[in-house]
Amino acid sequence: MRDAIVRLTSAAKAFSTPEGRQVRALDGIDLEIGRNEFITLLGPSGCGKTTLLQAISGFVELDSGRIEIDGEVMTDRPPYRRPVNTVFQNYALFPHMNVGDNTAYALEVAGVPRAERIERVRAVLRLVGLEGMEGRLPRQLSGGQQQRVALARAIVARPKVLLLDEPLSALDKNLREAMQLELKTLQHELGITFIFVTHDQQEALTMSDRVAVLADGRIQQLDTPRTIYDQPVSTFVASFIGASNLLDGRCDGGNFIGSDGTAFRHRECDSKGPATALIRPEQFFLAARAASDPAIEVTLEQIVFVGSSFELFGRTGSGRRLVAQVPAGERHAVGALEAGGAARWYYDPESVHVIRDRKAA
Amino acid sequence: MSIASQRRWQLSLLLGPASLFLLVFFLIPLGIMVVTSFLAPGLYGGVEWSFYPHNFGRILGFADPAFEEFDPVYIAIFLRSLKIAALTVVATLLVCYPAAFHISRLPDRWKNFCLFLITLPFFSSLIVRLFVWVMILRPTGLVNETLLSAGVIARPLEMIYTDGAIILGMVYVFIPFMFMPVYASIEKLDWRLVQASLDLGAGPVRSFLRIILPLTAPGILAGSVIVFIPALGNFVVPAILGGAKVMMLGNLIEAQFLSARNWPFGSALAMMVMAVMLVLLVAYVIVSGRRNLAASAA
Repeated sequence: MRDAIVRLTSAAKAFSTPEGRQVRALDGIDLEIGRNEFITLLGPSGCGKTTLLQAISGFVELDSGRIEIDGEVMTDRPPYRRPVNTVFQNYALFPHMNVGDNTAYALEVAGVPRAERIERVRAVLRLVGLEGMEGRLPRQLSGGQQQRVALARAIVARPKVLLLDEPLSALDKNLREAMQLELKTLQHELGITFIFVTHDQQEALTMSDRVAVLADGRIQQLDTPRTIYDQPVSTFVASFIGASNLLDGRCDGGNFIGSDGTAFRHRECDSKGPATALIRPEQFFLAARAASDPAIEVTLEQIVFVGSSFELFGRTGSGRRLVAQVPAGERHAVGALEAGGAARWYYDPESVHVIRDRKAA
Repeated sequence: MSIASQRRWQLSLLLGPASLFLLVFFLIPLGIMVVTSFLAPGLYGGVEWSFYPHNFGRILGFADPAFEEFDPVYIAIFLRSLKIAALTVVATLLVCYPAAFHISRLPDRWKNFCLFLITLPFFSSLIVRLFVWVMILRPTGLVNETLLSAGVIARPLEMIYTDGAIILGMVYVFIPFMFMPVYASIEKLDWRLVQASLDLGAGPVRSFLRIILPLTAPGILAGSVIVFIPALGNFVVPAILGGAKVMMLGNLIEAQFLSARNWPFGSALAMMVMAVMLVLLVAYVIVSGRRNLAASAA
């Protein structure tokens, strides 16, 4: 990437556990993050995403490798001399300062004159929807408001990169979803690079330009949300992002042959070897769309109405559990089904993604 | 029985013993002392039952003209005691703050061990421990003998029976009292706030002054009060390490009761000490109350 604002090269960091075991939190990470990009680091707990964030903010010192921000090497710089600010998971608002002083802190430290400070604090508080709240103390605010103060405090000094460490995890569902959209809009308006850490895949898909899926201290896949969802490179990524039906089998002569007998032609099956087919729940249909559509015979175990859709849980003859999602608009088709009965789930082979697991190959 | 009266019963049962104890052993003696401080001293000890404001006059400048002239020595002793108590506070704080900082960041096992060490002195007698300091500081003591035999000094240093020896002894005695509140507030400190400060561009010094110091101020304030008040009235340390040369309020009061047999004057002195402490306590309550109010105002 020519215009990278953050560039990590072979970044590595190991911790020793209390039992004396070595854990590689970062196992040779190479990552380039573009100017004005919204990138999400996604992974299960312990995958190294927070360590990666702290390596960028300066709170974790790398064992080896280097970090550049906007062309300058940051590897040995302390946190207070890096052009990045962080929105912390618990907000970490200063309890003895009011909203105005909390927000002005970075400006005060940077020696911005008082009059300008007041003006910029007012502007940024307006931006996050807390106009006129300068005099309040953090403990007098709701969780959502505290979150906004933390955000205002981190962006007021216009950092080159804003780091967000699971900032929405303490909010309730509705507020969280509203904040996701707001954050995305805000990032667009500010033109600051956002690096967002989360373990919530929905959050990652909603907001990001690109998502980096991490596991075991390595980047498993780095791509746009759509590519990651539609074409995961491994069964780990496939099962971590969204609900998924994974059929293991093999590729042979241009066909995917499932271990339970499923078989269809597939463009990614030109070479022989083990493979896994990924069918997302919404890719199943209750009626064939084309005469050639293959189908899987299942015994329905449960039908769940979740509002916008039905979720059908079924079991194949070989005992594999599958899930299908049917839009609520097709309720007449679902109405004919009942738990315990048999059903045929059709799918379009074109939309199936075949994972050639390199590890297994 | 209604719930309200039941609660009243519970309350008086819970608070009764403590209230009774304070009444008998604190409030009544205090009342006796207040009355005594306004009575005339008897010629051979004891008191004469007549109103006599000159006990306070002897201290403040309106001595009984029939007896004596005003001598500012008592004010001087007051000021010296205040100075020594203040220096004790500063010195214990300088010792305890960094130590508490360090200990609060140790692994739990070491933390508990260190806290045990801090409380260890309470297991032996204060008098014995202070006499050990006499052994160390006296002209033929450990320090002087060592320095003399090493040829660093030609004559023994005059260490014991000085203001310095008293302050040293006071610091030694009061360190645990300062350490505990300071440690409690530092232990409670949320390190993520310090991280946030560093992240926002403040260096270590500024982060200390703007975040760590204000957030641990309640502990510093509480420790200072807890050390200052008993240090002001302490008479054991000056009696043992100050010898006959250095008089402090504690010794002065003790001498009035036990040697001079002038109870009214001793009571008046004790009242003056209490007045100073009361002023300090009220100031402390106002300052810390304002902090709490600012922190919890809705």
